[in-house]
Amino acid sequence: MYETNYTRAKDAADAAKKSKAADDAAYLSGGMTLLPTMKQRLAAPSDLIDLTHIKGMNAITVSRKQVTIGATATHAEVATNAKLMKVCPSLSSLAAHIGDPHVRNRGTIGGSIANNDPAADYPSAMIALDATIVTNKRKLKAEKFFVGLFETALKEDEFVKEISFTAPKSGAYAKFPNPASRYAMAGVFVAHHGGTKAKPEIRVGITGASQDGVYRAKDMEKALAANFAPEALDGCTVDEGNMLSDIHGSAAYRANLVKVMAKRAVAAAG
Amino acid sequence: MAKVEMTVNGRSVAADVEDRTLLVEFLREGRNLTGTHVGCDTSQCGACVVHVDGKAVKSCTMLAAQASGSEVTTIEGLAGNGALHPMQEAFRDNHGLQCGFCTPGMIMSAVDMVNRLGPKLDEATIRSELEGNICRCTGYHNIVKSIAAGAKTMGKGMKKAAE
Repeated sequence: MYETNYTRAKDAADAAKKSKAADDAAYLSGGMTLLPTMKQRLAAPSDLIDLTHIKGMNAITVSRKQVTIGATATHAEVATNAKLMKVCPSLSSLAAHIGDPHVRNRGTIGGSIANNDPAADYPSAMIALDATIVTNKRKLKAEKFFVGLFETALKEDEFVKEISFTAPKSGAYAKFPNPASRYAMAGVFVAHHGGTKAKPEIRVGITGASQDGVYRAKDMEKALAANFAPEALDGCTVDEGNMLSDIHGSAAYRANLVKVMAKRAVAAAG
Repeated sequence: MAKVEMTVNGRSVAADVEDRTLLVEFLREGRNLTGTHVGCDTSQCGACVVHVDGKAVKSCTMLAAQASGSEVTTIEGLAGNGALHPMQEAFRDNHGLQCGFCTPGMIMSAVDMVNRLGPKLDEATIRSELEGNICRCTGYHNIVKSIAAGAKTMGKGMKKAAE
């Protein structure tokens, strides 16, 4: 790791001020991606601004169906929050299967979505839950927030403060983890938001598989709105041209995997 | 340089370290606590697991400065009064180690598992909870046995303490 300066932000304003004053700062949350990247010398921020000591920024609040999760809430905190488990068990379960217990004790939801790893789990949930990402500067919808591989709409000095969403009627996340790394090779989050009988609202977020990172599968949403059952997806085609292709799986394999995972998610959501 | 102050195995320590110092480096090289191992150095193998404020973390993927103000427990902090911790004892009784390299991390993870999930752990739970700890010798069977046995003994201790 190259030399760096570590500081703790007292509050959101202090964090932005420290970031502005530094040469090339990076915000640090759980550090589960940033620190390994720095150790490999693939990143060399002049300053690390630790956000995890900002009071209350890890709070999880649930009021009826309205959920707000602070950016520095760890995966373990999201996975075990009793109120969240009641209104949105699909997200609790997703968090409970990220990495391993030690990673879940450090890694945070804000860090995960700000990094937007194409194989990260949370981004698909943010899309399917139609979450609002609240930064220190603005609010934006998840679909606008995720821009591409490891790329978000976050500008300089901007960081994620919290995310909020309305818990869906039902939902589920199904992933096929790479047998070695355990990262998602395809992960599909399906959420049924109710709506009317004539026009049910379904949202599908897909991670792990696409060259462009997380995406929303509108054709699957349409098919599921007509019939919320796994077989409804039989008629959908997943474009191989957009899929990642590497030693772990070809584009065709991943395209198929997306469909299989989507079906499993629908079956689990019920 | 960063000034770090923390409690390590019940003792307060303070030192000036480079900001980029990893917690595992601080423990091993700064405190001579070489029980915590560096295996893969890429947060996968779990040989470096320690407890920070009661939670198991991979100390190769945390800065010493991040742990400043925290309470850290390493494998050296488990045994007390000349007696092994029940989990350590269980690993010995059940042949839960061969070369021993992964063992400190395995034991710290196992103790964390019991703290979080209680002393009654079935095999499937133990295996899935060991996702972040890699052993290249044992094939895991005896580690799983050790953890189940250690958890049981820890449970008895918890019960006694409650009485």
